[in-house]
Amino acid sequence: MTVITGSTALKPERDWNIGWADVGPFLALAALMVIGFAINQDFLSATNLGNVITRSAFIAIIAVGATFVISSGGLDLSVGSMAAFITGITIMFMNRMAPEWGVAAIPAGMLVAVGVGLFCGLLNGLIVTVGKIEPFIATLGTMGIFRALITYMSDGGTIPIDRGLRDAYRPVYFGTFAGIPFPILISIAVAAIASFILYKMKYGRKCAAVGANEDVARYSGISIIKTRTIAYAIQGACVAIAAICYVPRLGAATPTTGVLWELQVITAVVIGGTALRGGKGHVWGTVAGAVILELIANLMVLSDFVSEYLVAGVQGVIIIIAMLIQRFSK
Amino acid sequence: MSNVASIGRSSMEELSEASRPVRQPVLRATGLSKQYGSVTVLSDITLDILPGEIHAIIGENGAGKSTFMRLLSGYAEPTAGSLLMGDVDVKFGKPERAQDAGIVLVHQEILLAEALTVAENVFLGRELMRNGTVDDKTMRRLTREKLAELGCVVPSNALVRNISLADRQLVQIARALLDDYKLVIFDEPTAVLTGDEVERLLAIILRLKAQGTAVLYISHRLDEVQRLADKVTVLRDGKMIGTYPGHTLSQMDMARHMVGRDLAALYPPKRANVASKTTLAVRSLSVPGFAKDVSFEVRQSEILGFAGMIGAGRTELFEGIMGLRPATGTVELRGKAVDIHSPRAALDAGIGYLTEDRKGKGLLLQERLAPNLTLSALARFHPGLLMRRKREQAALTEAVDQYDIRLKNMGVNAGQLSGGNQQKLLLAKVLLTTPSVVVIDEPTRGIDIANKAQIYAFIQQLVSEGKTCIVISSEMQELIGICDRILVMREGRIAGEVSGESMTEHNVALLATSVAAGNTEGGRE
Repeated sequence: MTVITGSTALKPERDWNIGWADVGPFLALAALMVIGFAINQDFLSATNLGNVITRSAFIAIIAVGATFVISSGGLDLSVGSMAAFITGITIMFMNRMAPEWGVAAIPAGMLVAVGVGLFCGLLNGLIVTVGKIEPFIATLGTMGIFRALITYMSDGGTIPIDRGLRDAYRPVYFGTFAGIPFPILISIAVAAIASFILYKMKYGRKCAAVGANEDVARYSGISIIKTRTIAYAIQGACVAIAAICYVPRLGAATPTTGVLWELQVITAVVIGGTALRGGKGHVWGTVAGAVILELIANLMVLSDFVSEYLVAGVQGVIIIIAMLIQRFSK
Repeated sequence: MSNVASIGRSSMEELSEASRPVRQPVLRATGLSKQYGSVTVLSDITLDILPGEIHAIIGENGAGKSTFMRLLSGYAEPTAGSLLMGDVDVKFGKPERAQDAGIVLVHQEILLAEALTVAENVFLGRELMRNGTVDDKTMRRLTREKLAELGCVVPSNALVRNISLADRQLVQIARALLDDYKLVIFDEPTAVLTGDEVERLLAIILRLKAQGTAVLYISHRLDEVQRLADKVTVLRDGKMIGTYPGHTLSQMDMARHMVGRDLAALYPPKRANVASKTTLAVRSLSVPGFAKDVSFEVRQSEILGFAGMIGAGRTELFEGIMGLRPATGTVELRGKAVDIHSPRAALDAGIGYLTEDRKGKGLLLQERLAPNLTLSALARFHPGLLMRRKREQAALTEAVDQYDIRLKNMGVNAGQLSGGNQQKLLLAKVLLTTPSVVVIDEPTRGIDIANKAQIYAFIQQLVSEGKTCIVISSEMQELIGICDRILVMREGRIAGEVSGESMTEHNVALLATSVAAGNTEGGRE
């Protein structure tokens, strides 16, 4: 028999491979923009878009972290409570230190936030991997714990940030650089770092392999425990960064901070093109997903035909449509 | 092919003439064919299945036996040909319809709901009702009776999860025998059963025959076929070789019909240059539930075979050595102890393992080839933090060339390759970790003959390069064809060793089964 190998005859493997999951979210985003402009000319104004995207920043940043967790085959329901908990601890720490350290308490508080975030993420990760508890159940548990802690810390009320710090901290949410609001810049930076980790580093390969098929990864000598735990720790750090941006927005932490964020985060990841059962993660798709969610809410406020009370309903429809497209485009 | 079937029929008529009138076939297959894409797995099978007759179907792995069974029992649709019941051309479409028509398949794999009880499984989908509620009491009684006939003593309310593999197989058989069927198809029913259980099952099958039920019996155990079968149909490479009266056929004849080709050409010639240096030494290794106190050594440039029945613990033993399962004992590679608790440690020490389940555990089917190729060797390929895609791409080009992996272009996913090419990719993947000992579990399962020969040649080449190879296989001929020495496992222990002159199917089968002992007079030597 003749053996046809001549590798020259083969097309080289492309570095990128574009599918629905890659472009879908951006097409949807573009379509929303067009619809928005048709409904209300103000929709595309720099101010309105700036506001919308800034508001979506918290979800976007957390969802970038969730892309790691979901890509590796996990799930984290605790992110909303964790955000509230970290916000509370951060404000309490800064308030405590403000008299001695003055404005220097702010960067110190940010470090504390990231530390607490990493710790919380690590905790989730270890419960899931070492404790071998289903991610849904494990993070349902920690979700309750974080929520109870912030309620306890705030005594059911609010934890406001010290007046002396408020003005100094304000620009983190309200400031701009070259006309672009800080939260947007921070989201872009977080997503850029995340896509570097996911697509350019070995860890990203491991993460996708563990999520796509745990057995194959295990048989290939990849540590499931390490890979997944790191994903949860990254998630924790992202929640901390979102919390840092969130503090100046209201200037306080309350027991209702971040309620239902976890659902928005999962929605953003999934409409961004990452499969909920794990596998390849789509960082930029996730960011687009978060913006889409906020845009829909904004559109409904700006338009008159649908009540804004139905926002969650429309978002629900969107996630189902996104899933159907992913299913039938295969 | 029709002449072959008519030979079978006429001989059958002779047999039955004295006692009964000529019987109408339960099921008649004419020109039955099945293609998957461009691959023909079964072509032009014409066969009559008569009531009260045990008809054995034999053939090598990949001969098309399972496909044939699936067509008869509604699990797959033929691409050509027809199935006749009486004068009616039947198209089942799904297994339920075949069952309604009186045909049931007893699967080789265990298809039971583990979280349900034995009785619930036996009656799954056809629960008995009484006054509008499920009649558990009656179902449990009937289950007990059926299992007692099979000599199975598990309680009817035990969870399937908690019973042994052999008991599960018996439960599955009980499920199939609950109703009266016209045709019962057994696909390797004795693969996981032990001596007494096999005997009881054979007795039941003979009773089915006496009741006038038609039985199709697929088995690799030629001694069983010889004892049971009224007729034997041989399949090879998807084609029907012939139907023969069972009693006239020796096991030797059956094997010759099944193989039908010059076996010597398939296997590379053996070399006699096994080094004296021991590479891998395993001592008192136990994998709870699967392997007990296993010790063996392999030398450099040696091909060591592991034979045994399904469920003998061969795969699990090596998964234990690789750190993929909890295990106790010691493993030494070239005199240095290997940590058996981490797959990474085993790979780094230089033991590579090709899983038998390449689709489920070997390759990421949705992923492209290069990431699959380097997955076990990420650290070596990409030192530091960043990935070196160029290097990876070069490795793929080299592997495609070296292992003759056929593909349309380099951008395909692993799942788009044929079985043989997937196996070659998996081999390339494991060898990228530069192992000194390569363990290959079922090297040629589900791949065609040309790829088989290539894989054997690769294995030969590995040992000629000074590596050590361990081959686990359920195909005895394959082991005998390529190995220098074969260890036979039975029920988690090493039952014995064969090499040189003693390396025959007869001896391997003898060690692998406790039943084989009394019934292998006609066995091949």
